[in-house]
Amino acid sequence: MERRRHGRVTRAGNLPGGAYDVTVVGAGVVGAAVARELARHPLRIAVVEASDDVGEGTSKANTAILHTGFDAVPGSLESRLVRDGQRRLAAYAAEAGIPVEPVGALLVAWDEAQLAALPGLAEKAARNGHHEARLLDAAAVRAREPHLGPGALGALDVPGESVICPWTTPLAYATQAVRSGVDLHLACRVTAAARDGDTHVLTTGRGALRTRYLVNAAGLGADTLDRLLGHDTFTVTPRRGQLIVYDKLARDLVRHILLPVPTALGKGVLVAPTVYGNVLLGPTAEDLDDRRATGSTAAGLAALREQGARILPDLVDEEVTAVYAGLRAATEHDDYQIHARPEQRYVTVGGIRSTGLTASMAIAAYVTDLLAETGLRLGAPRDLAPVRMPNLGEAFPRPYQRAEMIAADPAYGAVVCHCERVTRGEIRDALRSTVPPVSVDGLRRRTRARGGRCQGFYCGAAVRELLEGRDPTRPARGDS
Amino acid sequence: MRSERAVDVLVVGAGPAGVAAAAALAAAGAPRVEVLEREARAGGVPRHCHHGGFGDRMVAGVALPGTSGPRYARRCVDAALRAGATVRTGVTATGWAGPLTLDTTAPGGLERLRARAVVLATGARERPRAARLVPGSRPDGVYTTGELQQAVHLFGRRVGTRAVVVGAEPVAYAALDTLRRAGVHVVAQVTASGRPEAPARRAAVARLWHATPLLTDTEVVELTGRGRLAGVRLRHRDGRGGHLACDTVVFTGDFVPDHELARRGGVPLAPGTRAPAVDAASRTAVRGVFAVGNLAHAVEPAGAVAAEGRRAATAVRRFLATGEWPVPHAAR
Ligand SMILES: Cc1cc2nc3c(=O)[nH]c(=O)nc-3n(C[C@H](O)[C@H](O)[C@H](O)COP(=O)(O)OP(=O)(O)OC[C@H]3O[C@@H](n4cnc5c(N)ncnc54)[C@H](O)[C@@H]3O)c2cc1C
Ligand SMILES: Cc1cc2nc3c(=O)[nH]c(=O)nc-3n(C[C@H](O)[C@H](O)[C@H](O)COP(=O)(O)OP(=O)(O)OC[C@H]3O[C@@H](n4cnc5c(N)ncnc54)[C@H](O)[C@@H]3O)c2cc1C
Repeated sequence: MERRRHGRVTRAGNLPGGAYDVTVVGAGVVGAAVARELARHPLRIAVVEASDDVGEGTSKANTAILHTGFDAVPGSLESRLVRDGQRRLAAYAAEAGIPVEPVGALLVAWDEAQLAALPGLAEKAARNGHHEARLLDAAAVRAREPHLGPGALGALDVPGESVICPWTTPLAYATQAVRSGVDLHLACRVTAAARDGDTHVLTTGRGALRTRYLVNAAGLGADTLDRLLGHDTFTVTPRRGQLIVYDKLARDLVRHILLPVPTALGKGVLVAPTVYGNVLLGPTAEDLDDRRATGSTAAGLAALREQGARILPDLVDEEVTAVYAGLRAATEHDDYQIHARPEQRYVTVGGIRSTGLTASMAIAAYVTDLLAETGLRLGAPRDLAPVRMPNLGEAFPRPYQRAEMIAADPAYGAVVCHCERVTRGEIRDALRSTVPPVSVDGLRRRTRARGGRCQGFYCGAAVRELLEGRDPTRPARGDS
Repeated sequence: MRSERAVDVLVVGAGPAGVAAAAALAAAGAPRVEVLEREARAGGVPRHCHHGGFGDRMVAGVALPGTSGPRYARRCVDAALRAGATVRTGVTATGWAGPLTLDTTAPGGLERLRARAVVLATGARERPRAARLVPGSRPDGVYTTGELQQAVHLFGRRVGTRAVVVGAEPVAYAALDTLRRAGVHVVAQVTASGRPEAPARRAAVARLWHATPLLTDTEVVELTGRGRLAGVRLRHRDGRGGHLACDTVVFTGDFVPDHELARRGGVPLAPGTRAPAVDAASRTAVRGVFAVGNLAHAVEPAGAVAAEGRRAATAVRRFLATGEWPVPHAAR
């Protein structure tokens, strides 16, 4: 394996001169996956991202399910990439230490119409290459999910649906990409695009950036960037999904991902475990105009609680740990909007609405092929040096449980965030990592610190001290 | 590779309740009394309450004022140490390995501690914004009093410039004091209740002396701002609304027991509360497991929970001597 120097991670200052071979706009899960895939080739690659971290857009706020694609529209690009992406990401997750729990899904029918829809869904699953789906009667459903509310008439059992860590995934891609030579320019919004002969010249908040090939993975901003390049083929209509995260003490209430049965009357909400040991309730589906409207609303939360109380009555008695909302990049089309423009040496990756986490690696491979067809000479691929990400999942041992790690380094025995059992050693490692965090939220996505039921009552101030490089066990003043 | 050890009484939590129980037990001659505290320093919540009012008491009809939180915390811990209890800091009880057996994590390694009795004294926390389901954006600048006090009193951190305080329990007035000390202008105090829920003198000082407006019958219905908090949207019971510009909001009170360890140990909660059900002797429904302090009833003054810890010590000693435990009334 040939060794290449690390790429740079920058958050300020002018961008390097000279032209990149390929530049990816957007460091969400899709852009990061594309950069990682391209890094296998001997190319000079940049990722430019408007926010100050990887995965700060829709990629941080989803339902974290690694879909099988059983319910996709058969024959669509999305269906193909979700299925392929699921296989790729499941294998990659095992290698890179991204937590995944293959808990399986149940589509629970609560009325006759939903019950009647199940056989059709099983058939559709088969057409999508998923032959393990089975119908369960009411008694079997209850045996599988004893805490379910009254009135469940039956379910479709879909083994293979899994939950995954949505935060580690883009970070693993970005880490591996940077270690393989990709430059990551954060806090760098692209505001205009022009051409100089064969070269794209992007105007960014941090000066000009030149690149021979361009990939637009700008998520909610993909149509805007596409228009800057002269195309008008889709418009993003953000579809908000609000979610409630319940306390870990609710985790034993649910064993599978409980999916709603889609009917003509609309789609309900899901209840799903998370790899951190919490339970998710949501999402809502609200079409909006504002692409920054990631706030929650009283009406949205009330509707979720009402539906949650029916699905899993005990759930709504548990404490709420967090509330968040994500925006799906929906468009007027019923499929992903991935287009190659050979004459422009440009590929758009838009409309990656509600399956992009799952499909990310397949999208990356597909986009790489499109770039080759567009004329980019990829050069011989090589295997990337493997990455091993810190484990944030409850299904695998965490540092506070590992005697050998603590013996080697007592910092892994010093719990700082008590609700999530995050140690000083893990926080230190995150701050020294290839793509370090610069905010409390960024640190949380790398460690879970301050993400638990107390939301900082106990550890918030100490975590901030650590983030700023101080030692919270030696207070500036106070109690010693 | 967990080392195993046995003690007589294991106390989890070195706040006023836990150390008072440990001090009384050790003083009465219980041989091995060990207190586990996950923070780097023992003392519990009073460690970061720099205001006075801890350990106030009435002696012969005369009110004797107490002392500041940190001083009170140190006094409690010193008493336990002098009595012969062991207080270990930086040690987290992470879960149960069996009846009366707890697993711990500390920089020194993993342990499994078997006890003849366990006293849970893990305290209570304020419900944060999310648990109160306050909608809106997720900006920086949103605190509980606990986090605010640690930020200001333990670390001397800057918090913001203009704050809104939510709540009117006594703890809200502690938040007001802390904000003032940190040089933060308090725009208003907001409470859904019709009047302050704190002693009249405290409320009057805040309102008249410091001129902090108290908006009663008013709820915070939304947080606004991206990145940093820009303000809070309010709604009065009569339907009127408004927006207060601020960069800091402190959610105070609304305490919820930190009952994870209790529940993981199968301790049933009292109906309608989030606290373990206990009898007058602080006994839970699980044989040999006691619950004291804010864990058992959020939230009481520190002096009251310390007294409760001492009473529990008597019950623990009786249990160690007789092995008697009440039969739980209704098997659940
Ligand atoms: C509620 C909800 C639930 C979901 N559940 C699932 C699920 O369970 N499983 C699943 O697989 N998928 C799920 N998804 C979908 C998934 O989250 C998305 O498909 C995926 O995150 C899209 O990734 P992205 O990289 O395309 O977009 P983003 O993560 O939004 O990244 C785009 C990035 O581009 C940057 N950017 C935009 N414009 C510019 C510019 N001009 N210059 C520089 N940078 C720019 C943005 O800052 C952003 O970081 C869900 C989505 C939502 C909203
Ligand atoms: C902001 C504020 C202001 C207050 N002001 C006053 C006042 O002026 N006067 C007054 O009398 N009272 C006041 N109180 C109340 C007083 O602080 C409490 O009543 C008292 O601290 C409760 O004591 P406790 O021992 O039950 O719990 P805590 O003091 O909360 O102590 C619990 C301890 O248990 C530890 N712990 C928890 N779980 C574990 C575990 N698994 N392993 C190891 N250790 C664990 C915690 O780290 C903590 O140190 C105030 C409280 C607050 C929050």
